[in-house]
Amino acid sequence: MQRLIDRMKELLADGTVQRVLGWKQGDLGYNPEPHYFNSAEELDEFIYDGFCGANLSKYMIKGSELEGKTLVLLKPCDTYSFNQLIKEHRVDREKAYIIGVGCKGKLDIEKIKAQGIKGITAVKGAEISGDCDELTVETVYGEKKVAYKDAMLERCHVCKGKEHKIYDELLLDSVDTCDGDRFECVDELDSLTPEEKFNFFRKELSKCIRCNACRNVCPACSCRKCVFDSNKFDSAQKANVDPFEESMFHIIRAFHVAGRCTDCGECSRVCPQGIPLHLFNRKFIKDINEFYGEFIAGEDAETKGPLTDFTLDDIEPGERR
Amino acid sequence: MNGIGVFVCHCGSNIAATVDVKKVVEMAKLEPGVVHAEEYQYMCSEAGQERIAKAIREKKLSGIVVCSCSPRMHETTFRKCAEKAGLNPYMVEIANLREQCSWVHKDINEGTEKAVILTRAAIAKVSLNTSLYAGESGVTKRALVIGGGIAGIQTALDIADAGYEVDIVEKTPSIGGKMAQLDKTFPTLDCSACILTPKMVDAAAHEKINIYSYSEVEKVSGFVGDFTVDIRKKARYVNMDKCTGCGACMEKCPSKKALSEFNSGLSTRPAIYTPFAQAIPNVPVIDPSQCLKLKNDKCGLCERVCQAGAIDYKQEDEIVTRKYGAIVVATGFEVIKLDNYDEYAYSQSKDVITSLELERIMNAAGPTKGHLERLSDGKAPKNIVFIQCVGSRCADGKGKSYCSKICCMYTAKHAILIRDKYPDVNVTVFYIDVRTPGKNFDEFYRRAVEEYGVNYVKGQVGKVTPEPNGKLTVHGVDLLDNKQLKVEADMVVLAAAIEPSPEVRNIATMLTASIDTNNFITEAHPKLRPVESPTAGVFLSGICQGPKDIPETVSQAGAAAVKVIGLLAKDKLLTNPCTAKADELLCNGCSACFNVCPYGAISYEDKLINDHGVRETRRVAVVNNALCQGCGACTVTCPSGAMDLQGFSNRQIIAEVDAICR
Repeated sequence: MQRLIDRMKELLADGTVQRVLGWKQGDLGYNPEPHYFNSAEELDEFIYDGFCGANLSKYMIKGSELEGKTLVLLKPCDTYSFNQLIKEHRVDREKAYIIGVGCKGKLDIEKIKAQGIKGITAVKGAEISGDCDELTVETVYGEKKVAYKDAMLERCHVCKGKEHKIYDELLLDSVDTCDGDRFECVDELDSLTPEEKFNFFRKELSKCIRCNACRNVCPACSCRKCVFDSNKFDSAQKANVDPFEESMFHIIRAFHVAGRCTDCGECSRVCPQGIPLHLFNRKFIKDINEFYGEFIAGEDAETKGPLTDFTLDDIEPGERR
Repeated sequence: MNGIGVFVCHCGSNIAATVDVKKVVEMAKLEPGVVHAEEYQYMCSEAGQERIAKAIREKKLSGIVVCSCSPRMHETTFRKCAEKAGLNPYMVEIANLREQCSWVHKDINEGTEKAVILTRAAIAKVSLNTSLYAGESGVTKRALVIGGGIAGIQTALDIADAGYEVDIVEKTPSIGGKMAQLDKTFPTLDCSACILTPKMVDAAAHEKINIYSYSEVEKVSGFVGDFTVDIRKKARYVNMDKCTGCGACMEKCPSKKALSEFNSGLSTRPAIYTPFAQAIPNVPVIDPSQCLKLKNDKCGLCERVCQAGAIDYKQEDEIVTRKYGAIVVATGFEVIKLDNYDEYAYSQSKDVITSLELERIMNAAGPTKGHLERLSDGKAPKNIVFIQCVGSRCADGKGKSYCSKICCMYTAKHAILIRDKYPDVNVTVFYIDVRTPGKNFDEFYRRAVEEYGVNYVKGQVGKVTPEPNGKLTVHGVDLLDNKQLKVEADMVVLAAAIEPSPEVRNIATMLTASIDTNNFITEAHPKLRPVESPTAGVFLSGICQGPKDIPETVSQAGAAAVKVIGLLAKDKLLTNPCTAKADELLCNGCSACFNVCPYGAISYEDKLINDHGVRETRRVAVVNNALCQGCGACTVTCPSGAMDLQGFSNRQIIAEVDAICR
């Protein structure tokens, strides 16, 4: 990591970039947060470890409006979101200096807690320079050992690959973490009856407290003014007839990001209620792949998405492939 | 302040029989904003319109709802009526109580309940309507006709005779189309070439008609009155200005193995060729897949024999860009491929042929000089079996669901011609039904049966088997006698279904004209606007719209021409004000709308935006009102809801839904 900090300081010093968009140590030791570092001194608080799951690409919307270039650190999966934002003219490629950083899989503190570990004070072994085999969890009750893999975010088990799709330079090594099929969960859902499906989503979405964290973190939800906040639409003030109506927020959001979602998994990561929101997006991605052929949003910054393009071979209504 | 008037039409008994119109009026009066409601027998009549105008004037209505037939029928009528009475024409909404209600319900209670709901939805919408004003655009006084068959030629001649410039784009080297391949035409048996070639000559000689033969439409942009079209003139390798049409090149060409398209592949042609002797223009083309010079730089004989020095091996495709006010599609048909019908042994025996191939065999200029003979051994056939509906009226998805319409008549024609010329030949026709609606058509068919003794058998053929002795056995069924039949035949003729030319899909896409599941272009209204496509400025001529015979094609071609003339005669067109509009404060500049716009109506500007005091330059979408057709694709794609369709705003549609769900 020192290599990374040295390089960032170098780029700040020679004037290539005006600031760094990275992660700053949080107050709990396992909750780093996105941060703009405006000077080399500030970088003392910089961190990049297994808990740096946050996708920084969306923060470059603001970064694109600032004076001069911003150095942004992107993990392989984050580069897909960045490409997608370029495609939608929401970030300016010229305003970004991208260091593609390696990734050894990102951690989910909830997974550690789920193993019955309480009173966590610190987690050791999440450093990017380490071998990332085992974590040592310090708790008020003593030390516990957890396999790194068992604490990884769901999205890292079905990782799209450790190749950066856009960057100016690459630093630090990656480790392949993929050991699952990302559409298995969709197949499971598809095998349910409509009633079972409805009950499943009703139950999951009933946990929602409408904190809007999923929307605020989502790189595809990059509207200047979200339809759910806008007075122009009656949805902002509408009272619910049925409590499930509130859940329409998630369904509408899934439609809005369909064909643009890169499956970065940030929605599920940040949900304080642990709702598996990525399931909606995966279902859409799988359907799009089946209807229009394999498409990975953000693989490049040019290709038109299948839902905003027309070809003569497009599937006709009612047709199945 | 809203003051809405509701006018419920009985449409005679069309609506009133299954909708309690008085109840609809009573219910409408209870809706917020409604200050006037009445019913009348025929709202579209002069007296009905006068009632509407009177109410608008006397009660100072701010918007009206007419509960009547489909808006496609009378929306314009009521808009004009409102405008005359001093109300903006876009403050009119139609509740469709006929097509969408009374016609589909039998029970008056159900019908009335739905009518009330539809009326409520229209009232909810009209209360959010805003006055809209139509703009104007100019008209380029030139028409494009795509396809140079009889449909295209007739349309072009009629438009040109009215004094407007017309360009015909024909993909093959000559105009003439399928009609040029036919021998005789039903029901009068006049020679097809004799009636077609003078029209071809007229078209070529007409000072207002310009023919782009061996050319294809490459790209279309623009809108009614102002289309811009790229035409690809394929390399002919012959200079059209120099060629005298002497034909020396065709005689000397040593590469003579290519199958003649004109003779349905029954004869060969040279690499440099005109499709047929009366071709227009009478300038040959070189087929680059056959020419020895173009393939391996050998030969060059045609260049040496050409006195005019017209051969040019270096010629390349040329793109011509022209402007048009109107476009007519006249792309015609092809006979279907018979791969799905192997039971008829078309691929196994040379003596099983399609009717179009028989036309060439019967034609004096055809491969057999008009002698009826078997293609396998050149012998005269004694027994001929015709099989009808091969691929037509298929319920099983193997062929086409529709009736190809022309086969019953041309088969009767073939049977008569054969029996007339070769009385010793037995002719049997297997049919499902014989359909003869048309002037003198049934008389013609009866002549085949009664005068010429053609043996018509009602029933289908299961299979045709080629026998070792060269004959064919036709296994069929006679439904009237209820028995299975085995007929020995020397020749079997298949009345293969016709389908729209394959390129029509591509052309329809370029023109944003919709096509149905069978690739026929959809007309704007099946009864009232049969020669117009739903896309303004695009008209339909001939089989691209549906199966037709020659008389029908010619009438439709004339009708399409009249529509074009009516359009070109105008100096200005009113544009539809129901176009999309971007809310600059909500626009992300993400290009989603740009990507889905089929009309290229959206562009982007970097604009200084004042967002509640925050001034910044943003990339925002701008809609070109002249190009926008109001399809609404952008409004549903826009993630932030910045795009809205004037006259059909998101708010209005949600208000309608809310009113329906109340």
